[in-house]
Amino acid sequence: MNPTNPSSVPSTEKSISWRFIRVWQRNWDVYVRTWKINFIPPILEPIFYLLAFGAGLGYLVGQITWEGKTVSYAAFIAPGLLAVNIMQNSFFETTYASYVRMYYQKTFDAILATPLNLEEVILGEIVWGATRSFMATVVMMMVLTGFGILSYPSALQILPFALLGGLAFGSVGMCFTAIIPSIEVFNLPIFLFITPMFLFSGTFFPLEQLPFWARVLAYFFPLTHVVELCRPAALGVYRAGQFWNLAYLAGFTLVTLPLALRLMRRRLIH
Amino acid sequence: MTSPEPIIKAENLIKRFGDFTAVNGISFAIYPGECFGFLGPNGAGKTTTIRLIYGFSPMGGGELKVFGQDMHRHWREIKARIGVCQQDNNLDPDLTVNENLLVFARYFNLNRDQARKRAAELLDFFGLTPKRDARISELSGGLLRRLVIARALINDPTLLILDEPTTGLDPQSRHQLWEKLRQLKAQGLCILLTTHYLDEAAQMCDRLVIMDQGRVLVEGAPIDLVRRYIGGNVIEVEDPAPGLLDLLKGEQINYEMELNRILIYTVDGEGLFRRISREFCAGGCTLRLATLEDVFLKLTGRGLRE
Repeated sequence: MNPTNPSSVPSTEKSISWRFIRVWQRNWDVYVRTWKINFIPPILEPIFYLLAFGAGLGYLVGQITWEGKTVSYAAFIAPGLLAVNIMQNSFFETTYASYVRMYYQKTFDAILATPLNLEEVILGEIVWGATRSFMATVVMMMVLTGFGILSYPSALQILPFALLGGLAFGSVGMCFTAIIPSIEVFNLPIFLFITPMFLFSGTFFPLEQLPFWARVLAYFFPLTHVVELCRPAALGVYRAGQFWNLAYLAGFTLVTLPLALRLMRRRLIH
Repeated sequence: MTSPEPIIKAENLIKRFGDFTAVNGISFAIYPGECFGFLGPNGAGKTTTIRLIYGFSPMGGGELKVFGQDMHRHWREIKARIGVCQQDNNLDPDLTVNENLLVFARYFNLNRDQARKRAAELLDFFGLTPKRDARISELSGGLLRRLVIARALINDPTLLILDEPTTGLDPQSRHQLWEKLRQLKAQGLCILLTTHYLDEAAQMCDRLVIMDQGRVLVEGAPIDLVRRYIGGNVIEVEDPAPGLLDLLKGEQINYEMELNRILIYTVDGEGLFRRISREFCAGGCTLRLATLEDVFLKLTGRGLRE
């Protein structure tokens, strides 16, 4: 008998082919079915925020001078809203939505009986999460453009940033999905990870307002880097250091994406 | 006799979960056109075994060849030629009946026209055409099961794997499903199924194995197994009179003792039945044909599992 070492999973089992796109297509088909519902949040959310913060808080704040350009408070937070939108769409897709497909609908199990492997399923889900960030960004940018607070053509840079940010947040979301014991526990990463980022990533006020230690901490948040990419693009100003924002997000993804694949294999393949 | 290349050849398959050995060195071969069954009580290792066969779980040891190819290296080619019905009805609730088939076809790289054609054929074959645009939540248990099997056939597989295909179905749905499976088998499809319905196994399977605690206890055709382990008949004696045991022991007749009942396994049922019914059967005696269930219970015991 030829003894097989149980710990040596053959390399082919972990190979990733372009077939992950099939999982993406499945999610796209479902999305298209319910596109009207899917479009409502990215349309309404910026309107609510701009009304509350732009008109309400903006009245108190007045104008803000940022990187040498004086803008209205609404224009200042608009890219912050875009960044938050990027974060939320992919993160919620690869947490709640993926968890429902994995655990309740057993969609992954069904796909694993076809010529796809787990890595392709998970990669398809993460890329789909990034796609949702991208689409939501397009919709929200159209609304913001209606308010006249995006500066073109530089604002178009936000689209690729949405994809990269979507990959980063989709990957880290999938890591949580792989280790979470039950769906209620998602409250924890949302409270400890998403909410602090939402508030302290330079979304609603410049990071310079924070004490030094908090500013240092903020730079560990991926959202900070998405905001720092989106704001100059939205306002049409040049800002040095964007390369480092991109590098951080790429690095973050290069760690969390393979980690998500490994954690998911540990969870699902026995 | 020259037997054809087996569709599945498993040698000394092992699967461990931590300290627990779920599949403990089993070997078997399944040939084209056969319907092969895995029987066993809960926790015997049936599902674990078939999960190895369709490449869901990595093996802990042994050798597995499907369609003559090694599972380790050719898992993708092998999976492309297998259709699987898992125990759960894991149909996609976000999609309609027809979309379930079309989306699944894409996982096998069928193009749109092939997929539509194949889906229409399968819906027709399983009587699902009127439900083609229904949501999954609108289907009854029997229809769900048929759709799961239709979906498993979307890639026109060489091997169909069914994990407890009729669990939870009413008798009408079960018989309808068996009929469909027989038709598929007649077309040359090789079917592998797990079940704990012994009548299902006896009806459907050309050959089967009975598993317990990760091992294969016996292998053979249902009828042969009944003959080999039980004989032709079973006589059930309620509240047996005291002398019966001595008689059985004296004549070395195979029997099994329960609390208030003796099961006698015999080839010549009628002769023996006439003899003992006169003297020992005050409490009631029945003579019946031996079934696969008798074999199963004899081999795996009557104690409860899990």
